[in-house]
Amino acid sequence: MTASTTSARDKDVRRVPRVVIRFAGDSGDGIQVTGDRFTSETAELGNDLATLPNFPAEIRAPAGTLPGVSSFQLQFADHDVLTPGDHPDVLVVMNPAALRANLADLRAGGRIIANVDEFTSRNLRRVGYGANPLDDDSLEGYTVHQVKLTSMTVEALKDLDIGKKDAERAKNFFALGMLSWLYHRPVERTLAFIEKRFGKVPEIARANTTAFNAGWNYGETTEEFAVSYEIRPAPMSRGLYRRITGNTALAWGLIAASRLTGLSLFLGAYPITPASDVLHELSRHKRFDVHTFQAEDEIAGVGAALGASYGGALGVTTTSGPGVSLKGETISLGVALELPLIVCDIQRAGPSTGMPTKTEQADLLMAYAGRHGEAPVPVLAARSPSDCFDTAIEAARIATKYRTPVILLSDGYLANGSEPWHIPDVAALPDLHPEFAREPNGTDAKGNPVFLPYLRDAETLARPWAVPGTKGLEHRLGGLEKADGTGHISYDPENHDLMVRTRQAKVDGIARDIPPLEVDDPDGSARTLVLGWGSTYGPVGAAVREVRAHGHAVAQAHLNYLNPFPANTGEVLRHYDRVIVPEMNLGQLALLLRATYLVDVISYNKVRGLPFTSTELIDAIEKVADA
Amino acid sequence: MSRFAAFDLVPVDESKQTAKDFKSDQEVRWCPGCGDYAILAAFQSFLPELGLRRENMVIVSGIGCSSRFPYYLNTYGMHSIHGRAPAIATGLACSRPDLSVWVMTGDGDGLSIGGNHLVHALRRNVNVRILLFNNRIYGLTKGQYSPTSEQGKVTKSTPYGSLDAPFNPLSLALGAEASFVARTVDSDRKHLIEVLRQASEHKGAAFVEILQNCPIYNDDAFEPLKDPDARDDRTIRLAHGERIVFGANGDKGIRRDPTTAGLEVCAADDPAVLVHDATQPDPTTAFALSRLDDGALSNVPIGVFRSVDRPSYDQLMRDQIADATRSQGEGDLHELLTAGDTWRVDA
Repeated sequence: MTASTTSARDKDVRRVPRVVIRFAGDSGDGIQVTGDRFTSETAELGNDLATLPNFPAEIRAPAGTLPGVSSFQLQFADHDVLTPGDHPDVLVVMNPAALRANLADLRAGGRIIANVDEFTSRNLRRVGYGANPLDDDSLEGYTVHQVKLTSMTVEALKDLDIGKKDAERAKNFFALGMLSWLYHRPVERTLAFIEKRFGKVPEIARANTTAFNAGWNYGETTEEFAVSYEIRPAPMSRGLYRRITGNTALAWGLIAASRLTGLSLFLGAYPITPASDVLHELSRHKRFDVHTFQAEDEIAGVGAALGASYGGALGVTTTSGPGVSLKGETISLGVALELPLIVCDIQRAGPSTGMPTKTEQADLLMAYAGRHGEAPVPVLAARSPSDCFDTAIEAARIATKYRTPVILLSDGYLANGSEPWHIPDVAALPDLHPEFAREPNGTDAKGNPVFLPYLRDAETLARPWAVPGTKGLEHRLGGLEKADGTGHISYDPENHDLMVRTRQAKVDGIARDIPPLEVDDPDGSARTLVLGWGSTYGPVGAAVREVRAHGHAVAQAHLNYLNPFPANTGEVLRHYDRVIVPEMNLGQLALLLRATYLVDVISYNKVRGLPFTSTELIDAIEKVADA
Repeated sequence: MSRFAAFDLVPVDESKQTAKDFKSDQEVRWCPGCGDYAILAAFQSFLPELGLRRENMVIVSGIGCSSRFPYYLNTYGMHSIHGRAPAIATGLACSRPDLSVWVMTGDGDGLSIGGNHLVHALRRNVNVRILLFNNRIYGLTKGQYSPTSEQGKVTKSTPYGSLDAPFNPLSLALGAEASFVARTVDSDRKHLIEVLRQASEHKGAAFVEILQNCPIYNDDAFEPLKDPDARDDRTIRLAHGERIVFGANGDKGIRRDPTTAGLEVCAADDPAVLVHDATQPDPTTAFALSRLDDGALSNVPIGVFRSVDRPSYDQLMRDQIADATRSQGEGDLHELLTAGDTWRVDA
């Protein structure tokens, strides 16, 4: 029999509202592919979902060891979900290391599906198990399914012309087939995916397809699983959807921004986790007039982007925290030259190399102020994977309209996490074509027309953008302080004071051109506000939902703009008796809020390299709300 | 478009230009006697020959005395960050083929803080002209030794003598796979202009070292090459296709040294005297020429060491974009966003 979603089920079907599954195994076990395919099937079925890939920085850490464990978690539901879930209901473990590394997160009474073939005494010893936990009573309280994933896969593939090693490698597709049966996932696209991905080696494609079908059939026939589960589609507004990760959304947002501004996209980037996928994605789309430049270092990446901006392109650089450190001098030059530039910082756990594959939001202060001199830069932060698309467009709008570098903050959680995305109507996206200077805009002492590169627009304070090739507007720019208007080198004390204040006023003035901070305060009675920024949006929202269900009135707001803050931010903060600010750092937004608005916000901080769990946020919020 | 290969995509100005057209309204502020004045004057007098539209010329510089150059030219220009001009120019050249992009740098800017960008711009062969003013000293920071200063040099930061072995800029450029490598001298206006001309006839990265005098912190560093009584015995004027002979009386030549596989000085009438071939794809001889001088300025070749054809990086980048657009069609945003696995919610 072939896997099919339409076949009648012989076994009981139970309807559940939501499930959290975590796949875990060696980094070479194909865990990320398995999770990704399961997620695609889930998205196609119409469940709402959120994912959390979690993998080591080592490409292939020694097999069977704790540092080598890779995992992929997703929550899917018949209603909207905001997070990948705190505690898996189901833990699929490919070996003892995966069990050891993940068991603590499994919810009480949860289900373990273990590849029993890998629970050999050698593998058990390797991760410090004295006895096999599948055999003793240490997993009492969980439902344990011992499945011979490896040997059943090898058995299913015995007629194919492939070696034992290759056969064993297909076990992740066996597991995927089995889980697809268990949760009624549609499988056609996974089968098509296997053809596309492995079609070049037909035997491997056949092996994976066969393993997948064998896994599905195993679910159908085994007595191990008496029940299968159905999760109905979640209600979503009409339209076309896809699943998208933050890095893909960011890359596509940049392409869209290039289209909307009418400027060629130029990406200067140096490979760095977790930002490299943006470079990879953009490199594939050259037909959108996308220039990708893999630079010799981070400094050259941003330098080339600024050079391209100078020439009238949309200059972008993508990186993570260590790269932003190196780019600081060039961002400052961008502030002085007043040229558009987009710097995307996909934050990761620091300091130094830190934990490159783990998430954090500890670059806020660097983005806000991490440059020499008074060098204000607008800072935006995406709140969800799909929001990276909109944030990229907004960054381009601000950068080109105000002629300024803009820092866009994402993080490892958003970059690799995915969610369903209501694909926007391209025709409804805003027209962002910037105005270029074409004519002289002043006169010299003798009354001759001249170009004044630092004569500003009265409203935006943006200076004219005259690109090389424009006749009659030849001028020189530089990092040296410029005289107001003419842009000539100036050491005049009053002029410097004026220019410093004017650059600051230009960035501050953007507050008039961005939406106010919206507050979700359903009955208007809340005395406690939870204020987040960036990727905490999902966990904070999920927690607030629970806290309200427990009978507390709490308001929620989320900052997309970190510099400048929305104009009504102070008013919102002062409206509440207590403001809680959860951050995956030690209180960086809190510091800025206190300094800016003299409001004594309450920080809640964790830096574990992982997103907040809703549970911990619920506790933290209720503690404050009850106080 | 220009007849100069480097600028074949740059529009020309049909009107008659003069050096004056390229002078900006800014007062030139180098120290009296600085070699930069001579380089600026030679450059300005050469530009009308190129006949490019002024607005399509961009001078990008880093930081240092030489990097003040853009302020004095009535073209577009950017005085950027210490060492980063090649990176900035790379982005500009890649996105704007209609511009003539020049990088002005020095021995500190280009070989010390910006060494990485310089070698990578050269190996990529980005279509920019890079003029490195080598005065073997840090001038703007008031007199510290530079990466081209001779070992043992006594400066403010090395009162007991510098410990560093110097770079040979041309050897470095050749090692970095540069497709055009030349050397000239600030005071030899005719030669300087001829080198600029040849650099302009080269599509791709053109690297020109200009030996330049700093009268304040390293005066007369190149005096042996300027003293009318000494210079002809020390300067080897390279000319493509001609025998490499030199000396006040034209009595010296260059031939291969069989013991080192390098080059050595011989008599001009030696039948083994080399004929200079700047277009030789193998860089071995060009490298050997760059090593002829022992650091004491005894045998200093000037002129074009190497000029070979190799596709420029920016052109390859444009070709890739054009090919992708031709074969896949121009990008369509809606198509991009809706490609692959999607699903429709009709409720």
